[in-house]
Amino acid sequence: MAEGRTSEELRPWLGSLDPDTTACDYAIALAGNPNTGKSTVFNALTGLRQHTGNWPGKTVTRAEGLHLRDGLRFRIVDLPGTYSLLSASVDEEIARDFILFGRPHATVVVVDATSLERNLNLVMQVLEITDRVVVCLNLMDEAERKGIAVDHAGLAEDLGVPVVPTVARYGRGLEALMSTVTDVIEGRIATRPRRLRVTGELQNALDELVPMIEELHPGLPNARWIALRLLDGDYAVRQALLTGELNRLVEPGEEICS
Amino acid sequence: MRPPAPDRIISRADLLQRRLGADLRDRLVAAIYRDAAGLAEGRVSRQGGRGAGFDRALDRIVTSRLWGLPIMFVGLAVVFWVTVAGANYPSQLLAAGLFWIEEQGARLFTALGLPWWITGFVWHGTYKGLAWVVSVMLPPMAIFFPLFTFFEDLGYLPRVAFNLDRFFAAAGAHGKQALSMSMGFGCNAAGVIATRIIDSPRERLIAILTNNFVPCNGRFPTLIMIATLFVGASVPAALASAAAAGAVVGVVILGIVTTLLVSAFLSKTVLKGEPSSFTLELPPYRRPNFGHILYTSMIDRTLFVLWRAIYMAAPAGAVIWTLSAITVGGESLTVVLSNFLDPLGRAIGLDGVIILAYIIAIPANEIVIPTILMAYTGASQMIEITSMAELYTLLVQGQGWTLLTAVSLMLFSLLHNPCSTTILTIWKETGNRKWTTVGALMPLVIAFAVCFVVATLWRLVAG
Repeated sequence: MAEGRTSEELRPWLGSLDPDTTACDYAIALAGNPNTGKSTVFNALTGLRQHTGNWPGKTVTRAEGLHLRDGLRFRIVDLPGTYSLLSASVDEEIARDFILFGRPHATVVVVDATSLERNLNLVMQVLEITDRVVVCLNLMDEAERKGIAVDHAGLAEDLGVPVVPTVARYGRGLEALMSTVTDVIEGRIATRPRRLRVTGELQNALDELVPMIEELHPGLPNARWIALRLLDGDYAVRQALLTGELNRLVEPGEEICS
Repeated sequence: MRPPAPDRIISRADLLQRRLGADLRDRLVAAIYRDAAGLAEGRVSRQGGRGAGFDRALDRIVTSRLWGLPIMFVGLAVVFWVTVAGANYPSQLLAAGLFWIEEQGARLFTALGLPWWITGFVWHGTYKGLAWVVSVMLPPMAIFFPLFTFFEDLGYLPRVAFNLDRFFAAAGAHGKQALSMSMGFGCNAAGVIATRIIDSPRERLIAILTNNFVPCNGRFPTLIMIATLFVGASVPAALASAAAAGAVVGVVILGIVTTLLVSAFLSKTVLKGEPSSFTLELPPYRRPNFGHILYTSMIDRTLFVLWRAIYMAAPAGAVIWTLSAITVGGESLTVVLSNFLDPLGRAIGLDGVIILAYIIAIPANEIVIPTILMAYTGASQMIEITSMAELYTLLVQGQGWTLLTAVSLMLFSLLHNPCSTTILTIWKETGNRKWTTVGALMPLVIAFAVCFVVATLWRLVAG
């Protein structure tokens, strides 16, 4: 964890106000519950290299920006703040679809260290979809003030993905966050995401469906999640399977950066 | 070997899905939550830090099923009680001062040799309207808004939404409607805009159409004044303020009940559907910032509402003065119009003048009471009211108001059509003429129906 870095130092020099974010090396999705400081992380990483628009066909604001680091261009997409990815609302649908079909090279889930339990629900759901995840344990200063200590190394062990403590407001930990993200993307850190243990009939159903899906789309990283969604009657996933769009999920990030 | 076709996977999944039962999602969500809770418990340790424990203990009380609502309504009653008790004297002082200025102004105009109708139009029409608005509305607002902002700053409003959530769910509406409804207590037009937080178009429409059933800033002064004059006067003096505050709380509760009933009716008839789920976050309690409270409540709220009332009241004052000054067949237009409306007004416990005032006050609810008073006193200015006691005398002895008139007026004020700003906002937000019409007329119909029933029953019981 980098000490004492301010967001000003991390913020790249003032560049064009409307950068071409598609010209990038890696794309990163920023997910998280509302009020976790996700936007603070986004702003600290991208500085003025941001542009905002709308998600296609939606009235929800889409913000993305560029983070420059070690000669690499990171395209960072700020997803709407959500508590879950079950697509119960427009925001959840957007976040879910981007993590799934946008195929970012990595997904950073920003969590509030002061209310870990609620925030972990989203982390677990993201881990079901993708294994390239880094958890950004934010608001560490507030947790400290409230007398809450989080064993982040143990948590990383439990989750099977790196957990980086940060105080985004003061830029603390963001350097470590981005180097961890790069390590995950470039394979220097291997992840083993925690998946929900299921038993009985559901496990039998998965045992039957997952091989079928994997046979249809070899190399699909999240066949189990696709099977779960099918069993839950998820319309978008169903359509993606029927139209063959799922095949695009085999290689992450091949279109998102040009 | 050929891989399985997608539709074969789908049909297999469908079969398995049926076998697994419909509550699969609930079970999955429950499993995720259990797992998350287990993880958090294993990796989080708390060392009696300040704040969190206190917040949790406080939330356990103010959002408890048993105590949540009573605490909420008692808190509301205390706020109104402080408002009623505290506003009385400053109101009288302001009224005395402002009406003295009217007298001097009129005298000056007369001394300058200006024609009587200019003096009347400027001083006894326009200025008098302003003076009434300022003296009746400013003191209660200057007390009520800081108190309201205090609770808002404290972080109490999300708890209110939390307490009301289950009722909205039972009514087939969205729990976030509790938040847009809370905004409506400030201003219904703002409340209608606040419904944007609701994703589902069906639930959003319900929230828009029912927002009007909680009294806004513009209506609170009317409610507080009528409650003070009539409900307060019908009990021993020591209890007057408490009774008046209780009456206003009663009206607020009635407004919430109406909101729920109409929401339930809409969601079971024209706007059928299931309520969608949502997560409401209870933010930590914060120590209120007094500078911020004063700024928000005084500049953003009090002065804003007062300014709006003033620039709406001045033209209304001019209109009512003109109506009173023009005579048709020996009677002023005010008298002609209010006589025409009188049977309708009487039927619902009011009178023709009050109905006329509500028509003139469509642009702003704030000016109902001043308009009524100007219509009663008329262009002739026979009666000069400079205190609350004289006001009571005018209404009861001069115009025959009773407790029924006061109750009906409070009910009508709560339920009647939204002001023109709110109607315009509904139109902008829905983009639909039909729903705008429903939003404007449905409350009016309900107001007439409720007042009619109350007045009829009242007269039956009271003889």
